[in-house]
Amino acid sequence: MGYQQDPKVKPAGLSGEVSLPAALADVELVQAVRTPAAIDYIATPGASLSAYLRGMKQKKILGDVCPVTGQVFCPPRGVSPVSGQRTTEMVEVADQGYVESFNVTRLPIKSRPDLKPPYVSAWVVPDGSSTGSIALVAGIEPEEVRMGMRVKAVWKPDDELEESAANILHWEPTGEPDVVLEDLRVIGNPDGTAGGAQ
Amino acid sequence: MVEDSTSDVLRAPLTLEYPFTRTTGPVVGGFLTGLREGMVLGAKRADGTVMCPPLEYDPITSDAITELVEIGQSGTVTTWTWNGEPRKQQPFGQPFAWAMITLDGADTPMLHGVFVEGPDDMSTGMRVTVQWREEREGHIADIAGFVPEGQE
Amino acid sequence: MRDIAVVASMQRQEPSIDNESEVEYMVPLMHGVKESIGITQADVGFTCSGSSDFIAGQAFSFVMTVDGANPVPPISESHVEMDGAWALYEAWVKMQMGEVDIALIYGYSKSSGGSLRDVLATQMDPYYVAPLWPDAFAIEALAARQMIESGKVSLERLAEVASRSREHAANNPHAVRTAQKSVADIMAESPIMDPLRPSDIPASADGGCALILAAGDRAKELCERPAWIKGIDHRTDAHTLGVRDLTTSMSARIAGEKAGVGNDKVDFAELYAPFTTSEVLLTDALGLGDDTVINPSGGTLGAHTMMASGLIRIAEAAQRITNGDGDRAVATAGSGPNLQQNLVCVLEGE
Repeated sequence: MGYQQDPKVKPAGLSGEVSLPAALADVELVQAVRTPAAIDYIATPGASLSAYLRGMKQKKILGDVCPVTGQVFCPPRGVSPVSGQRTTEMVEVADQGYVESFNVTRLPIKSRPDLKPPYVSAWVVPDGSSTGSIALVAGIEPEEVRMGMRVKAVWKPDDELEESAANILHWEPTGEPDVVLEDLRVIGNPDGTAGGAQ
Repeated sequence: MVEDSTSDVLRAPLTLEYPFTRTTGPVVGGFLTGLREGMVLGAKRADGTVMCPPLEYDPITSDAITELVEIGQSGTVTTWTWNGEPRKQQPFGQPFAWAMITLDGADTPMLHGVFVEGPDDMSTGMRVTVQWREEREGHIADIAGFVPEGQE
Repeated sequence: MRDIAVVASMQRQEPSIDNESEVEYMVPLMHGVKESIGITQADVGFTCSGSSDFIAGQAFSFVMTVDGANPVPPISESHVEMDGAWALYEAWVKMQMGEVDIALIYGYSKSSGGSLRDVLATQMDPYYVAPLWPDAFAIEALAARQMIESGKVSLERLAEVASRSREHAANNPHAVRTAQKSVADIMAESPIMDPLRPSDIPASADGGCALILAAGDRAKELCERPAWIKGIDHRTDAHTLGVRDLTTSMSARIAGEKAGVGNDKVDFAELYAPFTTSEVLLTDALGLGDDTVINPSGGTLGAHTMMASGLIRIAEAAQRITNGDGDRAVATAGSGPNLQQNLVCVLEGE
């Protein structure tokens, strides 16, 4: 057994009273203070993510290829976590894929007033990618979403496209038969090939 | 994202906001209560010296602070620098001098702003006085800043 | 105590690295430093890094660079929200426990995306100081004036420090401020934050550093002349500016004594001294005399990559020892307002 604190011992400082000048005897004590901070940055996404964002403007989804294992990472980071190597090649993955996992959110989020509960956040793996990423799934009742469900991207209108992952409004069911997840990729398997339903 | 005009780099503005409210505890809370009521308080240490602004524990002896006492609202500048261009988040709203100020009755200096025309009006050893903000809530900026003594 | 040495390092510093992300530019350093001595991540028993979310503008930003350390299969890894020199200290302690023979350490930041001097206001006391947003230059200027008015240093002496740093930086391919300026030129500069002039402040850069520590015989196998860590210690002063004497550094003095700086002649010192005033403070606190060359790389007045500059000081000092330019060196790292924290490392060649 390790060390355990004696429950009878109270840290001394916390029990001490702090005396104030008599003039403050009857006023309400300050208990909390607002300390908001806002810091401005100019974000530069780096080479790989820049290429990805430019691809998004063309309605193309790009991934990085691991130079050692051939696995495709999407969205790309410029490095393969499996080999630790800088990636040197990018490939286009499909704007169709499958739901690897999902959740149903039933409470509103302050920072996204546009999302009306209940809505579905899913881990979507595009065909041709070894990894998925978080995405919204719509066009289906939340109760009917399934792991393995086939989905396709719903893009913004062409004249609204910019260098942004937000160009994909959400993913919706294709109506194809579900994929069997056990047949698919294993994260971190160095022998794995570019996964996803072919 | 916008294209950089001089290169092929993508750039996007990003603002991170931390909308924190911090609980104060009895020592910091006592000091801020004093500010709200237009008083400056210091922490009495075991050796009789007074620390302002007060910390919960004496940094030399680690003793818990148990007494806050009222100190003066005027004091002496121990060092300063000129902040000619107010930075976005600063609460002063005009060019000002940063100064460390040892208030009468205190033995340690506090950092705050001093309102003067320019750096030529600042000197180490000069006397300054608190200028209170009219609406106070219990915040370090309840002190709007300091002004040279006699100009309040 | 185990004998532990710096056996390799690699750095990159540029005024701004716009077209690569942190992980994209750190991977070549993290791999390059291993390749330079013929090892792979499989040889590395512990990986430790230093970086800052507030500079990156992203929570848990360090996890992005972990990908570059090749964490498949999982590696033994740690991170400090401090300069990479403190990651080196953590690795050194772990190696002293005898479990690890080789460690990879790295530190980095890309501060050009924000205003570093303002971001650093967030490290101040959150109740009394941070809400006023004093920027890092203002905080140092307050100490600088006290040093000058107390007679501890003159503006001329500070200009000499700045001029000599530029001279040294001219020979450092990683330095970003290399234009030469005489003492008279610097004396004629208008203050940027009175009394600090543009030449008194750090030369901000984006970049990073990766470094390999190895123990005992492994160090000798990997490097012809390892730079042995003969002493290392770090100390912190109080956080509240008002209770510190800003004209002296007690933390650096004690860390220097514990690390054994004064035990023998110091050939050169690489000091984490972001401002000219910090260099004067540190040479005083460490008792360095005229026979010690200060900041042969140009120091942080030549290139200052926040979160890496302390680690780079150790790398620069070690590289010079490995090259045979000297036998005994001191490197320091610092953090916090007015160098609240100081780490001192004594390196020797055999």
